[in-house]
Amino acid sequence: MNLDDMYRDTILDHNQNPRNRGHLDHATKTVGMLNPTCGDQIELELLIVDDKVADIRFAGQGCSISMASASMMTEAVKGKTVEEALALARDFKGFLTGTQPVHELGDLEALQGVSQFPSRVKCATLAHNALEKALTHDDQG
Amino acid sequence: MIDALVDLKRDFPILSRQINGHRLVYLDSAATSQKPQTVIDAEIDFYTRHNANVLRSVHTLAEEATTLYADARQTVARFIHARHAEEVVFTRGTTESLNLVARGWGDKFLTAGDEIVVSPMEHHSNLIPWQQVALRTGAQLKFIELTPDGQITRQAAEEAIGPHTRVVALSAISNVLGTINPISDIAAMAHAVGAVMVVDGAQSVPHQPTDVTTLGADFLAFSGHKMCGPTGIGVLWGKLSLLEACDPVIFGGEMIAFVDRDHATWAEVPEKFEGGTPNIAGAVGLAAAIRYLEGVGMDRIYQHSIRLGEEAFRRLSRIEGVQVYGPSHPRSGLVAFNIDHVHPHDVAQVFDAQGVAIRAGHHCAQPLMQWLGVGSTARASFYFYNTDEDLDALGDAILETKRYFRR
Repeated sequence: MNLDDMYRDTILDHNQNPRNRGHLDHATKTVGMLNPTCGDQIELELLIVDDKVADIRFAGQGCSISMASASMMTEAVKGKTVEEALALARDFKGFLTGTQPVHELGDLEALQGVSQFPSRVKCATLAHNALEKALTHDDQG
Repeated sequence: MIDALVDLKRDFPILSRQINGHRLVYLDSAATSQKPQTVIDAEIDFYTRHNANVLRSVHTLAEEATTLYADARQTVARFIHARHAEEVVFTRGTTESLNLVARGWGDKFLTAGDEIVVSPMEHHSNLIPWQQVALRTGAQLKFIELTPDGQITRQAAEEAIGPHTRVVALSAISNVLGTINPISDIAAMAHAVGAVMVVDGAQSVPHQPTDVTTLGADFLAFSGHKMCGPTGIGVLWGKLSLLEACDPVIFGGEMIAFVDRDHATWAEVPEKFEGGTPNIAGAVGLAAAIRYLEGVGMDRIYQHSIRLGEEAFRRLSRIEGVQVYGPSHPRSGLVAFNIDHVHPHDVAQVFDAQGVAIRAGHHCAQPLMQWLGVGSTARASFYFYNTDEDLDALGDAILETKRYFRR
């Protein structure tokens, strides 16, 4: 086991300098999600305009893996259509559990090392699960 | 001094494992302790030579198994100085034991207006069963507030315990703070108002001599696996009259006296609480664990736990950027901590890369995390097989973690 496989510089950078952290003034979707085994939590706020992710913010607390993953995810989905964003969440989860080949995941590919650590996969996918929940439930308000 | 018990490591085969290229430094005994060879052998011997169901058949194996199971109960009773072996109920562990009291005693005797006193340091297993009883019966939960360093004072207990208190449910030792609670004093307060004293002994029974005739508890719950025994076996000790007053909560085989189409009557204590085939091999393994602990000596184990816990607290308190929780003295053999700007899960991951096993998370004590104002903590917990060298490894791992995440 090599720690550096998990904690790549990109991950530490996103953890220390999170992108899109905070809140939106006019979110159209808000969703919260907990990781009950470790107490990590995330809140996602999205502004959906014309079926596109016009803006997105996240807040919450968690380990470097979950927070870096959230930061990377927000960068990756901004400007994408709802359908593309959902596809990205699913691709990423498939990528981490080894059930799907890598698509164009950008920075998120840095999380590949996490797949060796099953107990941490749920940290890495927390934000993506929240995104899926936000985009597939109409009544999250 | 701390290394006085160092040779005992040899009794635990798992402790010679290498983890990620390093000697295993096991600092997670508050979650579950490791098992000495003698306990492993006892389970193997049971399944190899004596396996049969208990309290049923008359063949030789059944007699042997029944005798071993009864002996295990006697061994537990001797270990905690119970007056009667019947006061020892075998359960799956502390959680089931506390649920049994909450259901079997609480549901029967609590009503609206009664008060259940707990503390913010309770493990979920000594909180949620009481929350649920409160919901079912209309009783109210009240909390004994803690000092800033996580202790319970006489005054705080007096403020919470009053004329409406029917139950005081308290951990003897906190699984996060390491606080050693003054159980006898609080039990006296509980008894003065006619309340029943329920003690969560999950962290205390493995680490200190336990004498239920002086402890003050009416019920005491603990787990086998935290005291060198197997998983899936635990104990509810209760005063005989109180156990007799409790309703059973698991219905079925082995717990009845007489059954017709529409009715059933119950077996005597403790069988009335042990519906279904019990964990016989687990009980046999627990008895072997107790004999092993008695051989080491519970007084020595207690002194060793306190020394390691207090020394770890001292050392970690001196490291810049490390927060340590709970009292400095007296404290049991565990220390919860956080490293500034590093999440506990990341701490535990870097520790693991160095072969050091610790726990990270909320430790099944979310209300305590809220009280501490943190989401989670790391926790190193010790047992008598831990040494001064292990404490050094803990300190080194913290320095390495700080270095790793500062790059």
